[in-house]
Amino acid sequence: MTPILLHPGDIAIASALILLDAALSVALQLRLHWQLGIAAARMVLQLVLIGFVLRAVFALGLPWLTLLVIVVMVAIAGREVAARPEQRLRHFGNHLVGGAAVAMATLITALLALTTAIRPHPWYDPHYAIPLAGIVLGSVLNGGSLALDSVLGGVVRERAAVEAQLALGAPFMRAMRGLIRSSVRRGLLPTINQMAAAGIITLPGIMTGQILAGMDPLEAAKYQILLMFLLSGGSGLAAVAVVYLAVWRLTDDRQRLRLDRLIAKQHGPKP
Amino acid sequence: MAPPRLRLTGLHSALAGPFNLSVDAGECIAVSGPSGSGKSLLLRMIADLDPNQGEVWLDEQPRSGIPAPVWRRQVLYNAAETGWWHEDVAPHFQRATLAAARALVPRLDLPPDLLDGPVLRLSTGERQRLALVRALVHDPTVLLADEPTGALDADTTALVETVLGERMATGMAIIMVSHSHEQACRLGHRQFHMRDRHLHPA
Repeated sequence: MTPILLHPGDIAIASALILLDAALSVALQLRLHWQLGIAAARMVLQLVLIGFVLRAVFALGLPWLTLLVIVVMVAIAGREVAARPEQRLRHFGNHLVGGAAVAMATLITALLALTTAIRPHPWYDPHYAIPLAGIVLGSVLNGGSLALDSVLGGVVRERAAVEAQLALGAPFMRAMRGLIRSSVRRGLLPTINQMAAAGIITLPGIMTGQILAGMDPLEAAKYQILLMFLLSGGSGLAAVAVVYLAVWRLTDDRQRLRLDRLIAKQHGPKP
Repeated sequence: MAPPRLRLTGLHSALAGPFNLSVDAGECIAVSGPSGSGKSLLLRMIADLDPNQGEVWLDEQPRSGIPAPVWRRQVLYNAAETGWWHEDVAPHFQRATLAAARALVPRLDLPPDLLDGPVLRLSTGERQRLALVRALVHDPTVLLADEPTGALDADTTALVETVLGERMATGMAIIMVSHSHEQACRLGHRQFHMRDRHLHPA
């Protein structure tokens, strides 16, 4: 079975649904039609552009170019992880923490998949490496940003509790134990939800795509299962890395809680 | 003459000091001063909870040679704002200290079953007394007490002062921040006034 190729005309018909949304917005005075139009136009432009870029990268098949594309994707995802939390670590700490965690989690999971389960020839074949990195990144970004937001927000909120433990002689890591746990847990929840809902409440995107592209549903399901494992591994690694890196930035050699390393919003020590 | 229990030599940070002070065993230093003058900063620096330079000596042992958690257990900072990290009160005490806590709780006019209840049900005054119990069961060599009776009425304040006095009789030194002049006179062997983040004898 070959995939049914779409023509621009087919897509134009579907775009009538966006026009319907816009008409609703005007009729109900939602004032969303401009945003809707811009978002739709952005989406079309971004996807067509990435289509062309990927086509070129696939055709060239150069390892360094593949690596460059992935590095750019990782950098953008790292920036997103850094931007989510309300609290910011000084000296671009959020960017360092987010970037390092995203790169580490994506690299480990994608390399594992490419060298063991999927095994294309060569293993860095951009057809596999780039989409795989992309989908893992999405999950890593989600888990990483939630965990970072949770640990930075939590440490400010629970400052008195953490410092009370330090004052009673607890080592820093023990004083942070509860916060570390709840933050990693928060980063892992979306993946758990996703896995629990997969196939019953939602038909996951990858599986849908492969079925539409003509793949046998069972084969598509196998791919989806592999990806779910990769995604949960990726977001788990990202959550743990983000939390431990952030916690490490928040202490010093005398095991103090250094909230002065967060960009101050009246959280300095009370004189 | 016995060496001082606690000695600050040139203790300072970008925010406060320098502080030079000697405290003898069993002595209580009372520090007063307006809000924001640096009283809590001083206690936090001694406990090494805030970044600082200079040296602090405990029984002539330099702080720099002692791991921070070990130091803080001996030179124990009891904050004005109490912190809790479990739902119930009892898990805030180590198994070994729970018996000592049960013995101390009624002396501060706290119902004994408070230890087995949730933190959420405690009043501010009960929290303050329980935090003090939590500190004292560690048998600190020096207690850095930040407004230890700030939320308490006169009768309960007297109970707290009695317990602190007994500890001082066994050698514990106290540096206490207090807004109450009367309390400073009752407990403090020497009184200091904090002004513009410097300590002045009162």
